[in-house]
Amino acid sequence: MSSDPLRRRRSTHAALAAHGEAWVWLTGGCLALAMAMIIGVLGYIVSEGVATFWPRPIELIELTDGRKVLGEETGRDTAPDGTGRRLVRTANFELTGKHFEWFDDGEVTATTRPAEATVVERLEGGRFQGFPTRLLHGDEVVATGGEEAWRGFREKHPDVRRRWREAWRIDKGDRGELQRKLRAARLAVVQAELSAGADSPAGAAAAAAEKAVAAEVEAQERRLDERTAELRAGNEGWGLEFTTAPGESVVLPLADIVRAWQPNKLSFAERLGVYASRWGEFLGDDPREANSAGGVFPAIWGTIAMTLIMALLVAPFGVLAALYLREYASRGPMTAAVRIAINNLAGVPSIVYGAFGLGFFCYVLGGSIDELLFRPALVADGQPTFGTGGLLWASLTLALLTLPVVIVATEEALSAVPNSMREGSYACGASKWQTIRRIVLPRALPGIMTGLILAMARGAGEVAPLMLVGVKKLALDLPIDGTFPFVHPEREFMHLAYLIYDVGFQSPNSQAAKPMVFTITFLLVAIIALLNVAAIWIRGRLRRRYVSQQF
Amino acid sequence: MSTSPSPADPRQLPSSAGSGTDRLAVVAAGGQVEPEVHERVRQTPAVLEIDRFNLWYGTKQALHSITMPIPHGKVTALVGPSGCGKSTLLRSVNRLNDLVPSVRITGEMRLNGDPIYDQRMDVIELRKRMGMVFQRPNPFPMSIYENVVYALRIDGESRRAVLDEVCERSLRGAALWDEVKDRLGESALGLSGGQQQRLCIARAIAAEPEVLLLDEPCSALDPIATGKVEDLIQELRGLYSVLIVTHNMQQASRSSDYTAFMYLGRLIEYGPTTDIFTKPVLRETEAYVTGRFG
Repeated sequence: MSSDPLRRRRSTHAALAAHGEAWVWLTGGCLALAMAMIIGVLGYIVSEGVATFWPRPIELIELTDGRKVLGEETGRDTAPDGTGRRLVRTANFELTGKHFEWFDDGEVTATTRPAEATVVERLEGGRFQGFPTRLLHGDEVVATGGEEAWRGFREKHPDVRRRWREAWRIDKGDRGELQRKLRAARLAVVQAELSAGADSPAGAAAAAAEKAVAAEVEAQERRLDERTAELRAGNEGWGLEFTTAPGESVVLPLADIVRAWQPNKLSFAERLGVYASRWGEFLGDDPREANSAGGVFPAIWGTIAMTLIMALLVAPFGVLAALYLREYASRGPMTAAVRIAINNLAGVPSIVYGAFGLGFFCYVLGGSIDELLFRPALVADGQPTFGTGGLLWASLTLALLTLPVVIVATEEALSAVPNSMREGSYACGASKWQTIRRIVLPRALPGIMTGLILAMARGAGEVAPLMLVGVKKLALDLPIDGTFPFVHPEREFMHLAYLIYDVGFQSPNSQAAKPMVFTITFLLVAIIALLNVAAIWIRGRLRRRYVSQQF
Repeated sequence: MSTSPSPADPRQLPSSAGSGTDRLAVVAAGGQVEPEVHERVRQTPAVLEIDRFNLWYGTKQALHSITMPIPHGKVTALVGPSGCGKSTLLRSVNRLNDLVPSVRITGEMRLNGDPIYDQRMDVIELRKRMGMVFQRPNPFPMSIYENVVYALRIDGESRRAVLDEVCERSLRGAALWDEVKDRLGESALGLSGGQQQRLCIARAIAAEPEVLLLDEPCSALDPIATGKVEDLIQELRGLYSVLIVTHNMQQASRSSDYTAFMYLGRLIEYGPTTDIFTKPVLRETEAYVTGRFG
């Protein structure tokens, strides 16, 4: 082959690879694929999650064998032989033993949408579907006929519901507070006995104080009993009689009805009203029916509180550790080894952190705190205070889990601070710490925020370690309330990510809970996005202030 | 191949005998040469005395036995081709080289008689007695005002009146006051490159330094900004003792009182600027300042 450059023939076109267009397509294609998958997942979650509470029409289905069922069609599929079948939410579990039922298309002779078909959400027992016939008050029939009964129900139900709420609030809040007061007095007695002996004057004083508290609590309980009895008496006897599709007659007490609507009759505005009311309950109320209905307020609260506490804990730790590693530690095999170790920590399965949190934070740290400060509770009730899972320990565990992310990001941010700035500061006579505090940290702050954002996103979506260190299926007492000392970091709490697992896979009625899982997921993603947007906004402000540079 | 060595290519220096670069050839070959220090330099009172100063980066020696007095109240320029150790020498004066782990030095420097490399010298106090301006403008990520009074702030000064006074005086001294007086609270990072460099000069003179170190202060600036900074250096003349590293011969000849020519870590010739540029003792110096090599 001749290699004489003068004689080499040049092709008129450069190779395709040389133009680089193939690479544009490859890189763009990868991005498009990634975006498509992410948008697909998010879109599916959002569309399903948003639709959960929309009141959909229900149908009266007549079958070939003469049966009639009332239900909402929730799914449909096709068998291999081509016949279709539909999944219908038939509800009325106490009568049929089923929440859902499949019907082949061949079985169905007619479907209609009767205007008076009513959906009832109950406190217990799942949904009820039927046709209202009479409104009852004790032995008295207040209204007869579908329309009349329905109007009467709409009139009476808000009052009943208000009374029920007040009684519920008394039972949950006021009585709980009295019990706590009683317990505190009882523990004071134990404390006095432990420290001064049972027969000491201090013990006697504490015992006398406990008697006084007990008497007062009893008096107050009597007053609460009277009030709740009065409220319950007001609701007593109110009931709405229904006929189900097969013709059975059922009376539902009004106090058990959370909400009822006639989906086939609703105008668009009324539909929106039902929709908003169900969202309101979801966001603001406690869960009921094993978390598969009602609200998730305690879980929202727990998720946000835990994420923020975690961020507050991990930020100073991670930043200080990274500062030492980057600014003070001398370069060498030791720092390199530490850096590698930190990077590897990010790959340790999160359940390991959970186990560590349980063993160290809960049992060792919490156990010691109990021994020192909460001994009476331990002796008298055999009940740990800090020595079990709780909000504080969960936050600490997740802070540990996300520490590598923050350290690595902070180190990156610190190394991105131009050396000329450091030198300029030293040349002005600043010490190392003054340089770090006044020049390096402000300048690195946006990068540190990036690490914190990543850490929060990772921590908020974590489930496995939380199951070990404090998240519970049901924990209605929030970690902040009106009882002294108002903040209770030792309390167990609820978490949205755990709720996804619990409602989706541990629920007795998983088919009915499915839409709820989508809504919870949607909510969790929205909350994480909201926290991130807030952090990104702060970072943008910091960046404008400390980093923007023009030449 | 003999007669006409390419003057623009310093790599050919060792073989270019007879073109006025004999000593440079000796230096390049690793030999010692005696620097030519003019008598008038020795006679002026010195603010800074550099005394047989050697510096190594690891095993590589960057400065070879530099001995030179820096006159008080004058502008002294350090010139020489890239890599000749000008900046290293400048950074040794305020001990910024301490930050580089592999640096080792011998010899001595004295600032107004105080030994700079003495064990008892507090390096932080030392740096407060000097101001330094770097090649690239390096304003701090804070307001213009805070940039100027930074040296006072880290000294714990918090009286508003004092800070205000120093800020205005320094910015006026750096010919920047009129441009920024209405936006002292804004970020310094929003200034143009030339303004940023003058801000750095204001920052350097805020603490009334005994000596001002300028490390190629115009090399990252456009011609107009360069002109402004050069005018400023002219104005600083007589007010401060200035030691300036520059690549620009015209800048050195215009704005300095004394000029030192360095080559490969050695001082070659050092004298009054007019002498260096019009009648240097060594042909090597003449060759460099007239642009025949370097």
